[in-house]
Amino acid sequence: MKIAVCIKRVPDTETRIKIAADGRSIDESGVKFVLNPYDEYAVEEALRRKEAAGSGEVVVIALGPDAAQETIRTALAMGADRGVLLQADARVLDPSVIARALVAELRDGGYDLVLFGKLAIDDYHHAVGPMVAELLRLPCVSAAARLELGDGKATAEREVEGGVEVVEFPLPAVLTADKGLNEPRYPALKGIMAAKKKPLEVKPVTLEAGGLEVLELALPPERKPGRILGEGPGAVPALIRALRTEAKVL
Amino acid sequence: MAGVLVILEQRDGVLKKVSYEVVTAARSLADRLGTGVDAIAIGPMALDATGATRFGADEVVILADDHARLYQPHLYVRAVLERAKTKDYGIVLLSATALGKDLGPRLAARLGCPLAADVTDVGADDGIVVSRPVYAGKAVCRLKVVAPRCVISIRPNSVTPVEQSRTATLQHAVLGLDSEGPVARTASMKAPAEAKLDVAEASIVVSGGRGLKEPANFKLLEDLAQALGPAAVGASRAVVDAGWRVHGDQVGQTGKTVSPSLYFAIGISGAIQHLAGMRTAKVIVAINKDKDAPIFKVADYGIVGDLFEIVPRLTEEIKKVRAGA
Ligand SMILES: Cc1cc2nc3c(=O)[nH]c(=O)nc-3n(C[C@H](O)[C@H](O)[C@H](O)COP(=O)(O)OP(=O)(O)OC[C@H]3O[C@@H](n4cnc5c(N)ncnc54)[C@H](O)[C@@H]3O)c2cc1C
Ligand SMILES: Nc1ncnc2c1ncn2[C@@H]1O[C@H](COP(=O)(O)O)[C@@H](O)[C@H]1O
Repeated sequence: MKIAVCIKRVPDTETRIKIAADGRSIDESGVKFVLNPYDEYAVEEALRRKEAAGSGEVVVIALGPDAAQETIRTALAMGADRGVLLQADARVLDPSVIARALVAELRDGGYDLVLFGKLAIDDYHHAVGPMVAELLRLPCVSAAARLELGDGKATAEREVEGGVEVVEFPLPAVLTADKGLNEPRYPALKGIMAAKKKPLEVKPVTLEAGGLEVLELALPPERKPGRILGEGPGAVPALIRALRTEAKVL
Repeated sequence: MAGVLVILEQRDGVLKKVSYEVVTAARSLADRLGTGVDAIAIGPMALDATGATRFGADEVVILADDHARLYQPHLYVRAVLERAKTKDYGIVLLSATALGKDLGPRLAARLGCPLAADVTDVGADDGIVVSRPVYAGKAVCRLKVVAPRCVISIRPNSVTPVEQSRTATLQHAVLGLDSEGPVARTASMKAPAEAKLDVAEASIVVSGGRGLKEPANFKLLEDLAQALGPAAVGASRAVVDAGWRVHGDQVGQTGKTVSPSLYFAIGISGAIQHLAGMRTAKVIVAINKDKDAPIFKVADYGIVGDLFEIVPRLTEEIKKVRAGA
């Protein structure tokens, strides 16, 4: 089982966003970066599939700045075999540019499975996985919360509004991981030590400009200061009145 | 000027409300660009797409086949690519639902154009400009489309459907079922034990957190939602992780992002990751016994106190209002 996992370095969910002086990006000073939470599910799934198959290789691929080596080391510490950093400093906000850069790396890799997170919690595209799949003409299930692998045939489940879709597909395939797929392991000390010696190849890439240009990054409009209407059930009539006459939502 | 193509979404042969949202957005864009709006609806033979004709499309094409009762990505991709061969579309618009989040990127990849995903605003002003929440809604990015073509998905509930005087023509066409190469097929859909409204689609959401104390107490919120109806019951991650509620109900950075017109946060502290998922709600109501809970900083209206006393009273009062008192 040869599996690729595309992983991204993103600001931790606790981060309070500050806008940089250019008005188009975040101020990264003091920001802690982590492996994108959904990519943890993808890495975990890859490790389990390789373990179940008894042999194979798990390759993690990240596109990003030099500091993303750290993110790759995290995945190596979880148990991935080797890493590739597609090194680019530019931040491009067109997911198709990211997809094409990853495709160039993945195309001739001979992978049985290419895994992604369903979503990167910084850019929120929910896009790179299915884009890569279409460009490689591979079957794809996005936001999978369950995966069963049979002989060359696989079944995945994905949650949609009002139910769960059961999807059947042949391998090789692309899958993007949702929460619920598994419980990711924490890297053990032994893994962290071993990760330092695992191969990590750095390949500089030049990204296309993309078809979307950032005009502005801003904090969301502040919500108008709200009101505490009172304490206990006695405040309920005031709430009803506010919702009906002021907010007009009832 | 290249036209706007809208992809409609159905469930059980009936168009979803998000379809009307997207047609409405498409019309106002097309008017500013001086172009037309075509829509395609894919679904089972019994698909009724007449509703879409009233929201400003010029032409609605129905591609029906019982194989398309469920979402089949390759059929949708094929249908749109075929369509795009016959006519020049500058914008392909769809809703950022589970279907749209899967289909939008596929189409962008195949059309060789950018994707502006999950936008909350789209306008035309010296080019197409969209706003999209990033960092889980902690920031908003304004982007200009600098490509001749773009796929745009619109977050559910961010556009109010508006009926138009214009009525679209309704046409039927054949849905090609062949596919090139290996594909993923949706074999079946497991429906939950009882049909329920999804938090991401509901215009009223009643969410509960650890303050509910135990899973059975969510009955209080179910009752409130029922009185408000149609409303969905959501949850904080703390209660989802505890197994009280299913993951699909989770609101927040690693759950769903919701933009309802009315959001209740009940027994929820208001952690940054929770706020990320609901801060774009039009009106937020918080009920919490801790007057210093961070949720009160974003709430429009708050009541401090014991939810076990407040919620039943609220449900009673809402019932009275709804009964036309
Ligand atoms: C990577 C990551 C991702 C995360 N993603 C999400 C996410 O998507 N969504 C999310 O919600 N969280 C998320 N979290 C978790 C988040 O940090 C909080 O832990 C969580 O939101 C807390 O849930 P809660 O408000 O239900 O519980 P608590 O913080 O324990 O709050 C319970 C509240 O109930 C009130 N209360 C108690 N009893 C009563 C009563 N009788 N009447 C009235 N009020 C009462 C208390 O005053 C308190 O404010 C994430 C965390 C991490 C690290
Ligand atoms: N820069 C990147 N490097 C590697 N993988 C990425 C990158 N950006 C996105 N991905 C992958 O694509 C998934 C979805 O990202 P997005 O479409 O941006 O929400 C992520 O969870 C990653 O698996």
